[in-house]
Amino acid sequence: MSGPAADRDGEFLLEARDIVKRFGDFTANDRVTLRLRPGRIHALLGENGAGKSTLVKIIYGALQPTAGELRWHGEPVTVANPAAARRLGIGMVFQHFSLFEALSVAENIALAMPGAFDLAALGERVARVSAEYGLPLEPTALVADLSVGERQRIEIVRCLLQAPRLLIMDEPTAVLTPQEADQLFVTLRRLAADGCAVLYISHRLEEVKQLCHDATILRLGRVVADVDPEAETAASLARLMVGADVHTVSTEAHAGDGPVMLAVADLTLPANGPFGVALRSVSLDVRAGEIVAIAGVAGNGQSELFEALSGERLAPAPGAVSIAGTPCGRNGVTARRRLGAAFVPEERLGHSAVPGFVLSENVLLTRHTSDRTMVSGGFVNRPEARTVTERVNARFDVRTSRENPEASALSGGNLQKFVVGRELDRDPRVVVINQPTWGVDAGAAALIRQALVDMARAGAAVLVVSQDLDEIFEIADRIAVISRGELSEAYPARAIDRERVGLFMAGAHETSGRERPGGAPA
Amino acid sequence: MTGLEAILMTIIAAATPLLLAAIGELVAERSGVLNLGVEGMMIMGAIGGFAAAYVSGSAMLGVAAAVGAGVGMSLLFAFLTQTLVSNQVATGLALTLFGLGLSGLIGEAFTGLPGVKLPPVHVPGLSDLPLVGPVLFGQDVIVYASVALTALVAWVLARTRIGLVIRATGGNHHSAHALGYNVIAVRYACIAFGGATAGLAGGYLSLAYTPQWIENMTAGRGWIALALVVFSTWAPRRVAVGAYLFGTVWIMGLYVQGVGIDIAPQLLASLPYLITIAALVALSGNRLLTKVNTPACLGQPFVPDR
Repeated sequence: MSGPAADRDGEFLLEARDIVKRFGDFTANDRVTLRLRPGRIHALLGENGAGKSTLVKIIYGALQPTAGELRWHGEPVTVANPAAARRLGIGMVFQHFSLFEALSVAENIALAMPGAFDLAALGERVARVSAEYGLPLEPTALVADLSVGERQRIEIVRCLLQAPRLLIMDEPTAVLTPQEADQLFVTLRRLAADGCAVLYISHRLEEVKQLCHDATILRLGRVVADVDPEAETAASLARLMVGADVHTVSTEAHAGDGPVMLAVADLTLPANGPFGVALRSVSLDVRAGEIVAIAGVAGNGQSELFEALSGERLAPAPGAVSIAGTPCGRNGVTARRRLGAAFVPEERLGHSAVPGFVLSENVLLTRHTSDRTMVSGGFVNRPEARTVTERVNARFDVRTSRENPEASALSGGNLQKFVVGRELDRDPRVVVINQPTWGVDAGAAALIRQALVDMARAGAAVLVVSQDLDEIFEIADRIAVISRGELSEAYPARAIDRERVGLFMAGAHETSGRERPGGAPA
Repeated sequence: MTGLEAILMTIIAAATPLLLAAIGELVAERSGVLNLGVEGMMIMGAIGGFAAAYVSGSAMLGVAAAVGAGVGMSLLFAFLTQTLVSNQVATGLALTLFGLGLSGLIGEAFTGLPGVKLPPVHVPGLSDLPLVGPVLFGQDVIVYASVALTALVAWVLARTRIGLVIRATGGNHHSAHALGYNVIAVRYACIAFGGATAGLAGGYLSLAYTPQWIENMTAGRGWIALALVVFSTWAPRRVAVGAYLFGTVWIMGLYVQGVGIDIAPQLLASLPYLITIAALVALSGNRLLTKVNTPACLGQPFVPDR
């Protein structure tokens, strides 16, 4: 993996010099310079919209820079497309995996490999390389049947097969359990030891400190610092990323003796379609004043549970779901909202909000029955909807380029603040929220988490479904873990540690028996 | 010619245009493109083939012109939906209406004229065998082409890199683009292939099935082909089964009427649809397989973010 050029002391493997990329009036990268050395793991840090993805796409040939140049081993190069990048020796593992669900592991890898088309021979190579790096993979398995961690292994093995000189990882641990992430770090360190350069994109600062040798920090499209991550603290890195101190969520101890406001009793639901997950005998209580968090790796029944709670899918019996003491398992979303519940689904554009509707119309969509003032006698009160929208935007710091834009015109973080604010503004008694800060920058995430904590302290029962363990440990009073459609007991957050949650996420509580261990955790 | 031989010959003649049109549409849909203009491409193939054969006197030139007319129509569709990113459903419907109208206009001059019939292939010895001779070895080139193309499509999709790229493009165009495949180019090619086979299907109608020009002579076969693709869950072998099953039930219905058995003609007319749909739904009972074959990006426009 190390050529003569890579061994020359101090030489850069890849230099991106003064890269500028403009999309219309918007400058995504403004004279960004990045230098990568062989054998080093280099972190690229920044908030959402800081220009990390744009820079990486330019290096990988998926975008062309407006100005600036790339140098490979000191020679100027034009990376016309991803195939050209792969020929140079640049491999990339995408944040949103570039995999094909309906194809097998070997077929997915074959799509990225030049040369003769021989699936059987390729399958053998896949098995060999995956065993060598401790990334077990079955070449004939269908991607749709694999976990997120296994899917990421496909992407990594796909890169390794091409003997990369530079491996780009775009937020690789966002979807992994802590144990899977540790395994990934071992693989990356081994690659670096073999002389491969790794460009590691993340906004998990602890992980960057632990893993990376160098770090470049982007803010609003510009490089603000090149630092040694080991010499920094997570707080100092965050300050560089945000440009100001990041607000930390304040929580106070909670008694946990309020009445049960949301109760799930022995809820069993068959899988919805071949790629769905069946819910198996899920039981859970959420009391007024507390935040209960459900941890788990994506695709273990979270969306199915959310749909059963919100009423998008009905439970087999009315008593399976109760809101404020009223059985409502057979009632739809509107009836549940009337009981004082509010729901925020995972996907903000298309599920929480209609992309082509303006914000005031989106407010109307979830609040037409619960807010009497917004619709009267079948007629929509538009001024009232506008007033509520403005109130939500002000309270939750939703930044819009013009008054009342379409939902699709908002950035991810702003739209998430809007859809959360829309529900919390109603002062619901029960809040169910799925992945509240998924793909949202640190500032917006802190605001949303604080709002959820405040909501609970004001007496609401809050259920948070999240993959982000940092978030869960930051705000939750009790933590349950979902794995393959089974939900563990909810443990007090102070009585359970990340490692144990991680084991549960990987399905460990299934082997420890279905009676759900109630003993004191380690 | 025995009765059975006649029935088998007519079943093949009824199934061939359906199979041809469906196998091309299957390739287009596997790449993620829903082209509802099959009927329009087919009818343009019919008039193009008839006109070229009539003017030149050569049936083979007619076949070539039928293919060309289908490809031309499909490239118009590809330009509108892939380059200009128009809505595929609306554009497909417009293509059908456009094809029916334009073919009627061109066909005005050819109505009632005697056509040039595509001659059957004659294999010395084999073609003269009783029953199997004419049925297996006495068909015209388009019938053989329909079988060969079906086998070719099944093999290419399942076993070759080209087929893998087509399936990947239809399954997730963003990922295909991220890997460096040219999604638009793949779809142009698949749409053009669909146009070629639809044109050939139309040419079969006006050069072999009934060698003359009749306005609207495709009579909804393009729509049946579209339905076959969906009900066969995008599997080439099942498309072939569906096309031949449809043809069989259809011809048997006509035959039953011919010998004077008293069944309501409306029921007989609807039987091919009912039986084909029931059979293909039963065949596609494996839901996982269906999901795997279904192109996830079907009908969705793709715009690379360059």
